[in-house]
Amino acid sequence: MAYAAGVDVGSTQSKAAIVDEEGNLVATALDDTGANVVQAAEKVYQQALQAAKLREEEVDYVIGTGYGRYKVTFGNAQVTEISCHGRGAVKMFPETRTVIDMGGQDTKAISVSPAGEINDFCMNDKCAAGTGRFLGAAAMALDLSLDDLGPTALKSDKPVRISTTCTVFAESEVLSWLGKGKKLPDILWGVHQSIATRTIGLVRRVGLEEKITFTGGVTRNVAMVKALEDRLGIRLNVNEQAHYMGALGAALFALDHILDSRKPAANSEVA
Amino acid sequence: MGQDSQSGIVGRGARDGAELFRQWFSSLGDTAEQGAQSAYVFVMGSMNEILKSFDLPVVFPEINSLQTAVRRVAHEYLNEAEDYGYSPDICGYVKADVAVQLRNGEHPMGRIPKPSLAVYTNACNTYIKWAEIWERMYQIPIFTLDVPGSREGGVHTGPGDRSFENDRSYVEAQVRELITLCEEVTGRKFDIDKLREVLGYANDVASSWQRVLELNASQPSVFNAVTEGTVYLGVANGFRGTETGSRYFKELVEEMEYKSANGIGTLTEEKYRLIFVGVPCYPIFRRFNEMFSDWGGTFVNSTYLWFASGGTNRGFQYDLQRPVESLAEGVLLSVRDAMDSMFHQSYMVEDMIDDMHVDGVVYHPIKSCRTVSTGLADSRRYLMEKCDVPSLFLESDMMDKRVVSEAQMKNRIDAFFEGLASRRSQQAAA
Repeated sequence: MAYAAGVDVGSTQSKAAIVDEEGNLVATALDDTGANVVQAAEKVYQQALQAAKLREEEVDYVIGTGYGRYKVTFGNAQVTEISCHGRGAVKMFPETRTVIDMGGQDTKAISVSPAGEINDFCMNDKCAAGTGRFLGAAAMALDLSLDDLGPTALKSDKPVRISTTCTVFAESEVLSWLGKGKKLPDILWGVHQSIATRTIGLVRRVGLEEKITFTGGVTRNVAMVKALEDRLGIRLNVNEQAHYMGALGAALFALDHILDSRKPAANSEVA
Repeated sequence: MGQDSQSGIVGRGARDGAELFRQWFSSLGDTAEQGAQSAYVFVMGSMNEILKSFDLPVVFPEINSLQTAVRRVAHEYLNEAEDYGYSPDICGYVKADVAVQLRNGEHPMGRIPKPSLAVYTNACNTYIKWAEIWERMYQIPIFTLDVPGSREGGVHTGPGDRSFENDRSYVEAQVRELITLCEEVTGRKFDIDKLREVLGYANDVASSWQRVLELNASQPSVFNAVTEGTVYLGVANGFRGTETGSRYFKELVEEMEYKSANGIGTLTEEKYRLIFVGVPCYPIFRRFNEMFSDWGGTFVNSTYLWFASGGTNRGFQYDLQRPVESLAEGVLLSVRDAMDSMFHQSYMVEDMIDDMHVDGVVYHPIKSCRTVSTGLADSRRYLMEKCDVPSLFLESDMMDKRVVSEAQMKNRIDAFFEGLASRRSQQAAA
């Protein structure tokens, strides 16, 4: 049995996924990226190998993705996370036509073909407004953990209107609402709604087409899922593996390479 | 043709163009040292023809500014202008020029003379406010040439049409006013035969420029429209209406025809042919292109080569029998075309997709110039609806490195090429 792996080195967290030659997800791993990107990639990959009970030499091809993809020094090739999230999302939810990937420092809207090819994509520019970092800043201002953000926000009954998605101004705006006596859940729900509005702007730029799959680390935030669903008026595809979608896509591209190399003439230029 | 001939011709345009550029800036330095007269002009409707007939050296502040970015010192000039009071949101070209003026003409290419006169069109709204800065700084006359644009995207009027004839009369009256102003500023009498001579050379540049752009339909393409094309463009602006410019462009056509006939391209393997829409990313000019060429991508055309040549790409030929009237007609058509290349470029790009065997279109809106960037998202959407061609939307700047994120740019470019590659694989498999 051949195995392929994908290692997604994000700005906040690194993820690894291993698939078998049928494309089945065998193992995943997750760890904080931290300052040493090379080490983070290596560590999360070893964790995935351990979870899969595989030795390194049993994995035939590894693809690095994410902002630190060129730091996956043990990898065989690199593919952008844009392609990888598209590929992973279509594998997990075959009817996917649009992907929203919300990570630590960027948010992407990706339009995909039924085969998982990228039709178009759009992402935030140099500014990290409207990304996971914005939620992190709000959590810090309110002295909450990231895991508490979503459940707390969903207790809101009268959300405030957050006028900025600027991460720099998030803290001061959140604190000013606290100063006005607003309840914590109402402020937090306002924060989530603000990000959802900005995200949907990105989605509309690539053309909103159902079904929409939500990927990336912020998928773990239940309030973000609800805020997006409320704004869009539809249910999103999202599951526990959504956080690993980039790594899964990378592993599937790696598997393509293995399978292509068995054919007389390979025709995939991507990896 | 032997190896020696080939090595002499291939790359000659870029080599000679860079040398002419140095000479041009050197002559501007001489003008500055002598305190002689000069005219400040812009690339869209420079009126080089009239000014050169009065032997007025022309200064292109836009080119001066972009050269500070290419030479990686733009931030010094931008910071100086911002310290002086200009907002970070003001056009980067304007701010770099303001700093050049504050530094008494000090520039990485030499010294820039002070203006005796500024001439500009309405092709860019910033031109008008920019010229007013010099008017206040130096108390010089400034001249607005108001050129009517297209009334509707993709719809053009021509000689014989009522509205065109009205527009032509309107522009011609202004050209005559400009001649009078030049007489006042220089103290010289207008010489119509000198204008004929200048127009003749300008005709050579225009017809050659048009031919050079057409020759890039060759496979492989004979020049990169973003890198080499920008060098040729600089010569087209600075040396239009001169014997030097005429000779340079005739030789450039010769080089491109030679490369086309011999299948000499710009890359070892040309895999993807692209059109560039917008203004180049000068702060990382070479690196920007490398991010495409690393994937085997090359730019076969660029809207920048159209509008920043003032519409010369259309190859308009002046009628030397009626120079002033024909100049007015040429200016009207060319500047109108330059504006269309900024605002309605989709129609032109659409026509080129098949003719130039284009695999993708790269849109490059820039923070510092809303004139050329506003509407690009809509243009892109229009093109995607009309043509089955992938496109990439990259946002950065033409001057300000603070808003250029190379890592994010590379991510988008890589993803774009991954899409092109898988599209090609699918087409091959079908």
